[in-house]
Amino acid sequence: MNSLTAMKDAVIGDRAFNVIAFLILTFVLLIVLYPLYFLVIASFSSPDAIYAGEIWLLPKDVTFEGYQRIFADDSIIKGYRNSAIYTFLGTVISVVLTVSAGYVLSRKDLVGRNMIMGFLVITMFLDGGIIPRYLIVRDLGMLNTIWAMILPNAIGVWNVIICRTFFQITIPDELFEAASIDGATNLQFFLRVVIPLSTPIIAVMVLVHAVGNWNAFFDALIFITNEEMYPLQLVLRNILTQSEVTANAAMLSGVTSYADQQRVTELIKYGMIIVASVPLLLLYPFLQRYFVKGMMIGAIKG
Amino acid sequence: MSSPQPITRRNVNRRSSLLRSDRAVDLSKRILANYQLYLLILPTIFYFLVFKYGPMYGVQIAFKDFNPIFGIWGSEWVGLKHFARFFTMFQFETLVRNTLWLSVYALIISFPLPIALSLIMNHYPVIRYRRLVQTVIYAPTFISTVVLVGMIFVFLSPRSGIVNHVLVALGGEPVNFMASSGWFPSIYVWSGAWQGTGFATIIYMAALASVDPALHEAAIIDGANKWQRIRYVDLPAIMPTIIILLILAVGNIMNVGFEKALLMQTPLNKPTSQIIQTYVYEIGLQRAQFSFSAAVGFFNSVINFILLIAVNWFARRVSETSLW
Repeated sequence: MNSLTAMKDAVIGDRAFNVIAFLILTFVLLIVLYPLYFLVIASFSSPDAIYAGEIWLLPKDVTFEGYQRIFADDSIIKGYRNSAIYTFLGTVISVVLTVSAGYVLSRKDLVGRNMIMGFLVITMFLDGGIIPRYLIVRDLGMLNTIWAMILPNAIGVWNVIICRTFFQITIPDELFEAASIDGATNLQFFLRVVIPLSTPIIAVMVLVHAVGNWNAFFDALIFITNEEMYPLQLVLRNILTQSEVTANAAMLSGVTSYADQQRVTELIKYGMIIVASVPLLLLYPFLQRYFVKGMMIGAIKG
Repeated sequence: MSSPQPITRRNVNRRSSLLRSDRAVDLSKRILANYQLYLLILPTIFYFLVFKYGPMYGVQIAFKDFNPIFGIWGSEWVGLKHFARFFTMFQFETLVRNTLWLSVYALIISFPLPIALSLIMNHYPVIRYRRLVQTVIYAPTFISTVVLVGMIFVFLSPRSGIVNHVLVALGGEPVNFMASSGWFPSIYVWSGAWQGTGFATIIYMAALASVDPALHEAAIIDGANKWQRIRYVDLPAIMPTIIILLILAVGNIMNVGFEKALLMQTPLNKPTSQIIQTYVYEIGLQRAQFSFSAAVGFFNSVINFILLIAVNWFARRVSETSLW
């Protein structure tokens, strides 16, 4: 009898849980989704409607004015081009180095493996700080070069660990023994056997580094002073994170009064946020899947 | 060689020394056999030497008067001069307080939220709805810091931002959030929670998925409802994960999102938004006081490192879970 009433209580408790969980999940869903949705509809609305606060669920007085004005100036296009170059080169270099290092460190027969690992891991906890880092990059003559955007952050210890864990799980020791009996060298084995077996981890690394490079702004802020070389994030920063009129003259052409300039600047900001996020939006299905995968592999050893 | 020798002390000694030299030969053989692997990792080691150990070597300028003509090594030692200047300057207390408050506030909010959300999601029965929620809440992770701060500026804009439109619609007065030092910590922390909570649930969801179902079945037979199972089955099961992540979070407490704080900084919110690292950026890179700012940055790293060790020690004492 007792256990039966206990079970009944449990059913009531579970029902209450399900209702409350539904409410919480829905709340979280809306909190995350609505700001993103709002950005989109605001970017297509008239600046007056944004200013008057008339936009809630649908765009009002649909216009492409914001987007036209954004592309009236070539700074965004240049930023896009620069970011694309930095992202592509940076990702290739990072992935090649990180995957190679991860594989080498996964080999149990490597003499000094733990020493090299320790050499890398220490840097996760000890850090020279931004000033010495700036001086090193400056002394290497990399300021205002593409290398300053690519090399200083090329390899993350955490990503090396993720790759190493992946190889330890998926490439059994016997595989290399078998291949070396057939006469394969380490390099041949790595290129012809390991790499083809590792497309999932390579995909994870490509996406992690691509997003990191695309979104990076601080290295550009301290290492790049030549406006022609600004990546997109730095162009955005100079317009987005100011409260006054900051859009440049070309974007505001034909808008004379200060009040109107302010309104149009707001519209331009919405549009720029969307324009800057389009590449990530297009990749989102992949990003989601592979980032989760990367986190899972990291968690095994983490 | 075929006839077995009597085992004497001398023979044993000779055999072990043979083994030792064998081992030495063996070791160099093993290294040589894998020389291609060393070549493969050489660029990585070189990278770490230059870009990670290089700055560590460069930290010495914190104890010197850096002179670009003489370089890092050749500049003159001045001992703790820059540290003394930092500790006695009037901003010192404010900087430390701002840094600690921002980090602690962020930790208090951002650390438990993903745990709570995961525990709830894990027991929500409609799998498809759960998947939908998960897919959506991961999205903000991919937004760049610049774009996130841009969003904050447009949403909180005093004249055109949606937040102030809501405030006015509810009969309130518009607030110039980004020009207010009182609002800065909350905006910083809650926008961080908005961006990071979803993605942080992944690791807890993985830990929850590995909880033995038999434990839940036993608890159900004992009449436990979902709340009780969360409390007595799930939470203890993911405790080691929580502790590891907490150690990492506390060990990184002085480093929290400095880029974001820098981007959110306006002249008017500086009384709370100026943290140690934004200060280092300002005096070091904008005003080129390399030695002094390196000293301030070094102070920050040292505090951070001490915190990490202390938390790890504490965790090992009380819970048997620790990083090392």
